[in-house]
Amino acid sequence: MTSDFLISLAQAVTKGLLTGMVYGLMALGLSVIFGVMRVVNFAHGEMMVVGMYCAWAASEYLGLSPMLSLPLIAVLFFGLGYALQRTLISPFIGRPEHQQFLLLLAIAMLLVNGCLAIAGPDAHGVQMDSQFDSYELGPLVFDAVRLHAAIAAVAIAALLWLFFKYTRTGKSIRAAADNNMGALVVGLDVRRLYAFTFGVGAACVGAAGALMLTIIPVTPFLSAEYTLLAFVIVIVGGLGSMTGALMGGLLIGVSEAVAGLVLQPSLKSMVSFGLLILVLLLRPQGLFGGKSGT
Amino acid sequence: MRLVSRLVEGAAPRSLWGLGVLLVLLLAAPALLGKYGLSVLILILYFAYVGQAWNILMGFAGQLSLGHALYAGLGGYIAAGLYFHYGIGPWAGVFAGVAAAALAGAVVGYLGFRFSLAGVYFALLTIAFGEFTRLAFDHWDWAGGSGGLFLKVDAKVDPLKLRGGPLLFYYVILALTVGIFILCRALLESRLGRYWLAIREDPEAAQAIGVPVLRCKMIAIVISAGLTALAGVWNAFYYNNLFPETAFSMGRSIEITLAPIIGGLGTLFGPIVGAVVLTGLGEVFTDASDYLHIAGIKQIFYGLALLVIVMFRPAGLWPWIADRLGFGERRR
Repeated sequence: MTSDFLISLAQAVTKGLLTGMVYGLMALGLSVIFGVMRVVNFAHGEMMVVGMYCAWAASEYLGLSPMLSLPLIAVLFFGLGYALQRTLISPFIGRPEHQQFLLLLAIAMLLVNGCLAIAGPDAHGVQMDSQFDSYELGPLVFDAVRLHAAIAAVAIAALLWLFFKYTRTGKSIRAAADNNMGALVVGLDVRRLYAFTFGVGAACVGAAGALMLTIIPVTPFLSAEYTLLAFVIVIVGGLGSMTGALMGGLLIGVSEAVAGLVLQPSLKSMVSFGLLILVLLLRPQGLFGGKSGT
Repeated sequence: MRLVSRLVEGAAPRSLWGLGVLLVLLLAAPALLGKYGLSVLILILYFAYVGQAWNILMGFAGQLSLGHALYAGLGGYIAAGLYFHYGIGPWAGVFAGVAAAALAGAVVGYLGFRFSLAGVYFALLTIAFGEFTRLAFDHWDWAGGSGGLFLKVDAKVDPLKLRGGPLLFYYVILALTVGIFILCRALLESRLGRYWLAIREDPEAAQAIGVPVLRCKMIAIVISAGLTALAGVWNAFYYNNLFPETAFSMGRSIEITLAPIIGGLGTLFGPIVGAVVLTGLGEVFTDASDYLHIAGIKQIFYGLALLVIVMFRPAGLWPWIADRLGFGERRR
């Protein structure tokens, strides 16, 4: 163990933590949707990739940097998510899992191949002024873009937490998640709340997509990888738990970065899947999941 | 004879006649169809076969696996690897491949069912094992790593080594498909089959009336995995190449599930009808996209078709077709 190795390890951990925040925000969207309406969004990675393409298009055609277009994308995704839930997904709530799976698989195929048809298979990235900036803290170097993305992700997650904790709609959604029948009995419009929740989940993943684009360029082929990654994160953290999704994101971000350093970069997802298998077997409710979810 | 009479018991005579005509047509198909037609029919039979194998676990016993590429990939890789490295022919290698896949199924099943993982959680466990194995094979030199494993294409027809043209592979996959159809019918009529349906409908009630739930689920996944591996061996020798990226991919797993879900889960004809519809649509969309020259357009059509089917026939096409034709196979 030389000190050089320790420094590069610490460097990998920091990098993993920063990327992990963005992963966490992406997984938060999946977790919120599952926690409330018990639907696994198999199109999650595809939505993420669409978010990345939107941020790229905003930069390319409107000259907006992803940080500036992020609120617009979040609003757009909220609307799209709301409409998608209202039209296609709503009839499938409570149906057998394989039917929900097939529905979302079809949606995923349409989304990702829509991107492929419009933007082509080539990678698209954004140029930013802060691209080569970095901050130094002792021996550690932080990429400016990664740090900004991580801070934005944490800020959005905090906003979401405040929304669920203090607003009337947020509380109603939690009520509907905890006890669907009870929520109906006290007169909550559960169908509207579900659509709202799907909108919130979509806004999360759209925002995460905009942030991710500042770190890596987008191709349609990232989508399946992100869907799997989001599953791994929420299962490790605890499906339906907000803290779990964020912590799971950090854990997977760090484990990927460290595995890339200690083993081989191509083995990094093997560590994540190994972790997923272990958690499913030893603690299926996830590391941070309570007994009843959200 | 008793076995045969038990198998056909309760089936309407006209369904049996229909099946007989279908079988004769399939046997004669290579003489009637051109090269292209035969290749499409081979694809249909392949998807009908793997769909049937997957259906045993999901349609009968109610356990959603989204990682069946693991078993097909293991079977294919082991039989092809034994042939490639040691010249051991596939008729011997198939036993090793099927045994390995059945063992893998037993491991996934034991870990999953032991800890009572159900529904989505079990599905994600199967995905995780599939992906884990894919990455392991990417780094395993014996299996060719990420560069893939290639079998020598031999012009000489040698059925003993499963070397030959489409005709040989057509009759092999036809025999497999007929065999698994009869096997599934026999399983459904057996005590084990009834246990599976009880578990699928209500695992707790089944447990309460004394159905050995864990053992029955284990048998289901082992049979399903072993039979899927057979198709994997066939696939490896038909295409003569194997890559971890495709053989173990989640896309391959999903492909396996589509025909039975579209056709009708838990029915005997569902996987066959689903395979015909999906392969047919795939061919039509390929032709259409050749005119349009837009990347991804084929998958967009495909996605739209899946969307329409799941929106309007969520229980699958076969129960609906059967009603129209008056065959009325119950979804058990």
